[in-house]
Amino acid sequence: MNVLNESLDEGATLVRIRDLHFRRGSKAIFRGLNIDIPRGRVTTILGPSGTGKTTLLKMIGGQLKSERGSIVVDGLEVGKLRRRELYALRKRLGMLFQSGALLTDLTVFENVAYPLREHTDLPENLIRQLVLMRLHAVGLRGARDLQPAELSGGMARRAALARALVFDPMMIMYDEPFTGQDPISMGVLLELIKTVNSALGLTSLIVSHDLEESLSISDFVVVISDGKVVEAGSPSELRASASAWVHQFLNGLPDGPVPFQLPAPDYRDDLLDAPAGSPRGGSTR
Amino acid sequence: MNSRTVEVLVGLFVLLFLAAMFVLAMRVSNLTSLSGGANYTLVAKFENIGGLKPRAPVSASGVRIGQVESIEYDAETYQANVTLSIDENYAEFPLDTSASIYTAGLLGEQYIGLDPGAEEDYLVDGDELTYTQSALVLERLIGQVLFSRSGGD
Amino acid sequence: MTDFLQRLGAGFISAFERLGRASLFLFQMLMSLGSLVGRFGLLVQQLHASGVMTLSIILVSGLFVGMVLALQGYNTLVSFGAEESLGVVVSLTLVRELGPVVTGLLFAGRAGSAMTAEIGLMKATEQLSGLEMMAVDPVKRVFAPRFLAGVLSLPALAAMFSAVGVYGGYLVGVEVLGVDAGAYWSQMQAAVSFTDDVCNGLIKALVFGFVVSWIAIFEGVDCVPTSEGVSAATTRTVVYSSLAVLGLDFVLTAVMF
Repeated sequence: MNVLNESLDEGATLVRIRDLHFRRGSKAIFRGLNIDIPRGRVTTILGPSGTGKTTLLKMIGGQLKSERGSIVVDGLEVGKLRRRELYALRKRLGMLFQSGALLTDLTVFENVAYPLREHTDLPENLIRQLVLMRLHAVGLRGARDLQPAELSGGMARRAALARALVFDPMMIMYDEPFTGQDPISMGVLLELIKTVNSALGLTSLIVSHDLEESLSISDFVVVISDGKVVEAGSPSELRASASAWVHQFLNGLPDGPVPFQLPAPDYRDDLLDAPAGSPRGGSTR
Repeated sequence: MNSRTVEVLVGLFVLLFLAAMFVLAMRVSNLTSLSGGANYTLVAKFENIGGLKPRAPVSASGVRIGQVESIEYDAETYQANVTLSIDENYAEFPLDTSASIYTAGLLGEQYIGLDPGAEEDYLVDGDELTYTQSALVLERLIGQVLFSRSGGD
Repeated sequence: MTDFLQRLGAGFISAFERLGRASLFLFQMLMSLGSLVGRFGLLVQQLHASGVMTLSIILVSGLFVGMVLALQGYNTLVSFGAEESLGVVVSLTLVRELGPVVTGLLFAGRAGSAMTAEIGLMKATEQLSGLEMMAVDPVKRVFAPRFLAGVLSLPALAAMFSAVGVYGGYLVGVEVLGVDAGAYWSQMQAAVSFTDDVCNGLIKALVFGFVVSWIAIFEGVDCVPTSEGVSAATTRTVVYSSLAVLGLDFVLTAVMF
């Protein structure tokens, strides 16, 4: 069974996405996406809301299947994996959801220990040490007995990060990690993502529309719009880009290639188009 | 709620279920009166069984000693064959014992009453009761009364 | 007119599609039941959530239903001079019908809706996705234990309902209304068959438990992951479960009795 497109050790690229097509209902989300995610670096996928960035993460994790195209993670074609192989791959990936997605009936400690308890037979003291190490790495060792409901948003994400790290994954995916955070939590998160990436030699894939934050820690940026890649490169390359679209996006300009006014009939005609029966009559009809 | 409390409560739940089943089995249903012991069968033929049903009681001197096992129509003798299942503890019925169909109370269910005879030999498994009395059918009774009254005038 | 027909047709097709999805889901859950063998902790947890927590409402309801049956039964029987048969009326009504059905309805309202809300909320807060990304199969860890707990709890609760109801009937019939205690119990014992009445009632409750748990869990999994979606799903659980219990009751009674 040939699930390998290329050799197992990809070298520089961890995830290779080729000609990805996906639609939800009648709406096309991806129309021929091509992305190479480099190993060991922090990559950010930028784009306006609704462009399917979370969908992309779910497809890399195998939760959604593409209509056409391929996603190859560390040499394994995700769309063709059997259930058991998919689960084995998922153990090597970590995912941080927008809300943390901690299990609400367990304490922070139990949440981080959950993957260990489910997938291994490690003795209790070993589990305890592993969990405490991860909690210490994110600074939450003191919060170990709290319930998720008692945590702030930022703390919940840190706890979820500790849980995602518990198996020393090869890649962590962050789904909109910076949304709605106060400056201090933001700073903490940025620091954690950077440190975790370099200290553990991980690959980090961030999906976000928070510009400054993402650009400040990324090594590689991919901008998606309208189901395709518009621009890809390092943050400095992006800032220097000639594309008007990228320029509008990076500078937050209200008008440009993405217009301020949505497509609508002619303004004057619209105003003068009084209802039938009034003095002016149905003029343009 | 820690897991120990949860487990204790679930254990209590299971205990309550068993207690409920015990009550339903012993106090509510007829489980205790069903003889766990062995039975032997006798056959009785009736002209008319009235409202007799399977599992109806079989009594001697008013004491329940068994139940009706099955009722079939015999197309050759044009009678009803009733199979009685009787507790083996009561195996000393003389050969000329008679079986009659009585009604419990005025509107109650019908049952079979056995009246022992005077013979010395006893009925054994599979024997047939020679003397039977069918159920009273109300319409026939009324008809008889009317007939005898008009005849007696 | 054609518009109406078209919508009617579309409605039916989507209903069938939903039913198909629900059946596939049920099949998946049944296949995963085997994984529960070594993991009693999960099952015990869920037995507590659906069985133990529903206990109080079942016992109180059972008591009151039994008492009402005795009152109403007495009123009718006394005009035939048959009040000694009160025990028969109370026990047969409870064991054959009211025990399984009322327990089914109460269970759907209390435990079923709780299951749907919990699972719907897990879906809305991405906990189910989170479990999948941790390579944990939510069908095995979340759904199968709840399903099995529901299937086991309902007959247990129905038995308790009937038992308490019979005693409630005793309280009212014998203590308050003056029916002879001996007659109450002895006539009941003669009329109620363990295999035909009590066991059939429990089988009914088992079937109800199966259907109610299936509906509750499926509605939770299939809901729109927003707060309105979860509340709509919870309402659907209670409505469909109740209808299913009553409909199945008719079918099972026709078959069994």
